[in-house]
Formats: sequence, structure tokens, C-alpha cells
Amino acid sequence: MSKQALMSRELLLTGAIILLLGIIASRFPAFIAPGNLVNVFNDTAPLILLAIGQMIVILTRCIDLSVAANLALTGMVVAMLNVAMPGLPVPVIIALAITFGAVLGMFNGVLVWKLAIPPIVVTLGTMTIFRGIIFLLSEGRWINAHQLSDAFKAFPRTVLLGLPVMSWIALGAVVLFVVVMNRTSLGRAFYAAGGNPHAATYAGINVGRTQFWAFTISGALSGLAGYLWVSRFAVAFVDLARGFELTVVAACVIGGVAIMGGSGTVLGAMLGALFLGIISNALPVVSISPFWQLAISGSAIIIAVALNASANRKKGRIILKRAEQAT
Amino acid sequence: MKRRTFSSLAAGLGLAASLMGTSAMAQDNMRIALVVKALGIGFFEAAAEGAQEAAAELGNVEIIYTGPTTTTAEGQIEVINSLIAQGVDAIAISANDPDAVVPALQRAMQRGITVISWDSGVAEEGRMMNLNPSSTELIGNTIIRLAADHMPEGGQVAILSATATSTNQNAWIAAAEAVLPDFPGIELVATVYGDDLSDKSYREAQGLMASFPDLQAIIAPTTVGILAACQAVSDAGKIGEINVTGLGLPSEMAGCVESGATKSFAIWNPIDLGYTATMIAHALATGAATAEPGAEIPTGRMGSVTLDDTTSAAMSDPFTYDASNIDQFKDIF
Repeated sequence: MSKQALMSRELLLTGAIILLLGIIASRFPAFIAPGNLVNVFNDTAPLILLAIGQMIVILTRCIDLSVAANLALTGMVVAMLNVAMPGLPVPVIIALAITFGAVLGMFNGVLVWKLAIPPIVVTLGTMTIFRGIIFLLSEGRWINAHQLSDAFKAFPRTVLLGLPVMSWIALGAVVLFVVVMNRTSLGRAFYAAGGNPHAATYAGINVGRTQFWAFTISGALSGLAGYLWVSRFAVAFVDLARGFELTVVAACVIGGVAIMGGSGTVLGAMLGALFLGIISNALPVVSISPFWQLAISGSAIIIAVALNASANRKKGRIILKRAEQAT
Repeated sequence: MKRRTFSSLAAGLGLAASLMGTSAMAQDNMRIALVVKALGIGFFEAAAEGAQEAAAELGNVEIIYTGPTTTTAEGQIEVINSLIAQGVDAIAISANDPDAVVPALQRAMQRGITVISWDSGVAEEGRMMNLNPSSTELIGNTIIRLAADHMPEGGQVAILSATATSTNQNAWIAAAEAVLPDFPGIELVATVYGDDLSDKSYREAQGLMASFPDLQAIIAPTTVGILAACQAVSDAGKIGEINVTGLGLPSEMAGCVESGATKSFAIWNPIDLGYTATMIAHALATGAATAEPGAEIPTGRMGSVTLDDTTSAAMSDPFTYDASNIDQFKDIF
């Protein structure tokens, strides 16, 4: 797909987000106050992190359904670590969270790469395994606010230049991965491995190993989000972020990441996450019946996918026209 | 005449068989299965502790603490079927769905297993009796009173519930709405649903604060919701302005009470609940009591419960926890 078409998709999504904000503002003007928009962005930060990781995995024609379980397991591990060693500095905890999440991701990656098991099966399995491990570790107990150290809870809330640290982390990840995806050989390999695996193999790219790194990155970002999540809501338990993996996949799909691999951008994934984040933050204040809320979230996803599909069709017609003109 | 002799003979044999059955049971351990909504929930872990306490007191009783890993009726049906296969003596269940588990429980009763429900009840045809931790009316009244106690001049309150289809929460909220006229000045402005997810409950609490600037209390009759609301109020810097109350566990709520976001909250004692359910299941399974309207079943240190027309019984009033007693209870459950 040409760079121009990608740009237009992101512009389209930005337009949709602005339109959405306009509709919400007409019912609840305070929603678009800068302070509230900062809150919404901050609330969406974990979703952005996970959507970036998921996007990279989807690029390589895989899917990672274990992200929410990875988040919950890493969150529980760092929470238990904090309870056992309250003096451990937060940067160390974050480094451990990223490492631990990455190891869980590598486990997925090895199964996909070396055993060639379909990714959906692998990650469905590890999703359950991770939740099971949380249960074994915690013996079903919750870790609550008063057990966690103040530094552990304060870090993502600390405000720097008007934005909480959690938002800065999400923005940092976006910048980092825009560079990685566009300026490194590994980043280009993700596109190549998913776009045309055979051609990629001829070009000297090991498709299996590329998928392994995609799962590792997804796992590392899930681990990071795990610490942020537990710290923000000041609670860790087995069911943490239940069902969140589907929201993450939805964010990618809305963000224009092709579910068949090979196409998608970091910016698109971020915008897709923001779109869903705005909807879930707006629904409580526009007083819509809870019975309608799920239907509205679902409709938004289908409309976004339909727009994607129609954008793809248009591209097909243009090629045809050029072909006709050429003959 | 001949036939009558035969029937009395049959009755005699049946009696002998049942006596033998009872004596055989007394020698083996009686196995009582405590089936919970999902494993890994603090409340049910505490109930299991109470069941063990009752088992130790009764002697010769083995408690099987089990349940699905997620709160689904399908998962519970699988658990019930496996318990039937194991041939347990009694099943005490807190149901994820009042109707979906009925056929499986009826199969259990046909095989001579004593079936009672507790905490979250089963439809009448699917159990012998139902033990409510408290009565719906008492809980509805308690959650409004908890908020009203700290609002001498009245004001706005809102309810943050679990899912819009939760049997328990909906019954309590209906009861709370019914007693509102008894609390002049208290205005219930909204009921919202956090689906027992931390992030959604947090957003709903933020939404309440944004939509109702004069809000004075958030009542959350669910443990995930009350914690998320407490965190949202703390993060918004509104401790002291908005009191988060409702139903929660002392071990989970200690931080909220300490920070002042929660002035008081209530819960029945899950240890007592597991204890009472086990006592009742044991009494019914041994034949010491029968489950019929009006029957009084002794429940050890908890006294006794009396069954109403739907063979339901209420254990006791919910207990209020605040800064004065939280430290004593937070390590218990």
C-alpha cells in the first residue's frame, strides 16, 4: 500500500476522532476541557502500549491473545515483589516488569517459531496458563492499596509538564516504535514477513525469528502496562483486565492494521486506541443506558472496519482505472 | 391383605436400608462441597475458612471447596456434574445464574445429594433451601444508611453497581430505592454499572463526579466497584467531599478507610456465612432437620435460622466497618 493511502487513513481516523469529540461535546461540553482530555489520554495509555505491541504481532500475520493475561500476571508479580521488598526503587520494578513481560512474550514466540503452532492456539493457551499462574502465585488473594508502597503507586500519577508520567510513557513508546518500525532493519522485517513471507525468505529474512521478536516486543509492552495498571488502580487480582485483549485487537483494527498482516502503522494503532478510549470515557458522562453501551462500542468497531474495507475497495478500482488507461 | 403385608415389608426393608445407609455414612467422612462463583475471590476464600471451622466442630466432615475459574454458569454446571460423579453427600452453592444451574442440581438431588444455595440463590426447584447472608431489605436499607449517616443535611448520592444484569446487586438497589423515602433529603441521582472491571468502574466513578458536581456519596455494593471508586475519588482530590461507601471486604478496604475516602462500609461476615451453610447442609444431609416452610434449623454458634414460605432463610444483619474496627478485621478476610 502506498504511503499516501496510509496517511489518508490516519487523517480519516483523526477526522473521525474530532467528529466524535464534537458529538460528545454537544451533549456534555466539559468533556473537551483540556484537563479532561488529559485524563482521557492518560486513561488510554495502557491501551496504546498494548495496541502498539499487538500491531507488530498482527503485521507478521500472527495474533497475541495473551496480552491482557500477561499484563495481569506481570502486574501481580511486581505487586507481590513490592509487598515483599517495599524498598525496591520504581525504575528497577519497571525494568523487571518489562523483562518479565518480554520473557512471557518469548514463550509465545518460541512456540510459534520453533513448533510452528498457529499463533491463535498458542496465545489462547498461554492466556489461560498466565491467569492460572496468577491464581497459583496469589492463592486467589488480592493485593490492595494499603499493601503497596507509596512510591509504587505515585510514579505513574506524577505530573511532568502538565501530563502524568503514564501518558509520557505511552508517548515515548509511540516515538520509539515509529523510529523502530521505519528506521531499523527489524522494523522493516516485520512488514516484509507479513506482507509476503515467501519474498521475505528469499530476501534473507527469517520469518519465524521475526515473529518471535514481534511476540517479545508485545510481551515487553504488556509487562510495562502491567505495572502501570496495578499502580494506577492500586489493586492486583486474578481477573485484572479481563477481556482486555479483545479491546486491544479492536483498537488495532480501527487503527487500520490489516488483520491479514503486512500493513499498519504505530500512529494508526495509537489513533485506534484513542478512538476506543474516548468512547469508553464518554459513555459514562453522556448518560446512555448501560444496555446500549456495549452495542454502541460494538457498532463503532464495525463502522471503522467497514470504512477500512471500503478504503481498500477504492484502491482496487483506482488500479483498474490506471490499467484501463494504460491499454 | 397380602398386598398390605408386602407393602409393610417393603417399608420395613426400606427403613432398614436407610438405617444402614445412615450408619455407613456416620463411619465414612461426610463430604460437603462448597461451590463458589469463581475461585480466587477473597470473599469466598473466607467462606471456605468458615466451612472448615464448621467441619472441625462437627467432626467426620470433609469440605470440598471448588468452583469455576471465571464467574460463569457453564463452569459451575461442569463442577456440579463432576461432584455428582464423585458422589458427594451435599452441595452448597453460590450460583452465577439462578436458573441455568437448576437442571444439574436437580440431577444431584435425584441421586440423593442434599442441595442448598447460599449467598447468591438458586431458583426454588433447584435446591432444598436457600441461605441469604442477610435479607435484601436489610442490605438495601444498610447501604443507604451508610451514606446518610455522614450527610446530616442531605444531598446527592449515586450508585455504582456491578453488571446491569447482576441478580444480587439489582435486588439490593431495588430495596435501597424502596427505603429512600425514610431518608428525607437524600436524593439518588444515578445508578451506573462498572461491570466489576477496575478500569470501567474507575471511569464510571469519574463520570459521576463530572456529571454531578454536588455529589456527596458514591454507594458501590460490589468489591471491585467500591475500590475503583475510592481510587478515582482519591485521584480527583475529592477526599472529604465525596464519601465512597457500600459493600466491601475489610482487607481490601483498609487503604480507603485509612485515606479517608471511605468513612464506613458494610459486609456480612463471610466466615459466618460459610460456617452456617455447612451447618445447614450437614443437618439436612444427616436428616437431623428437614427443609420445609417454617422449619427451624440449628446452626451452631450462629444460633438458628427459620425457613420462610420459599424455604429461604436470612442469616443476620450486615456488619458496619469503619476506622475504629478496620484494623481488627483487615487481617481476617
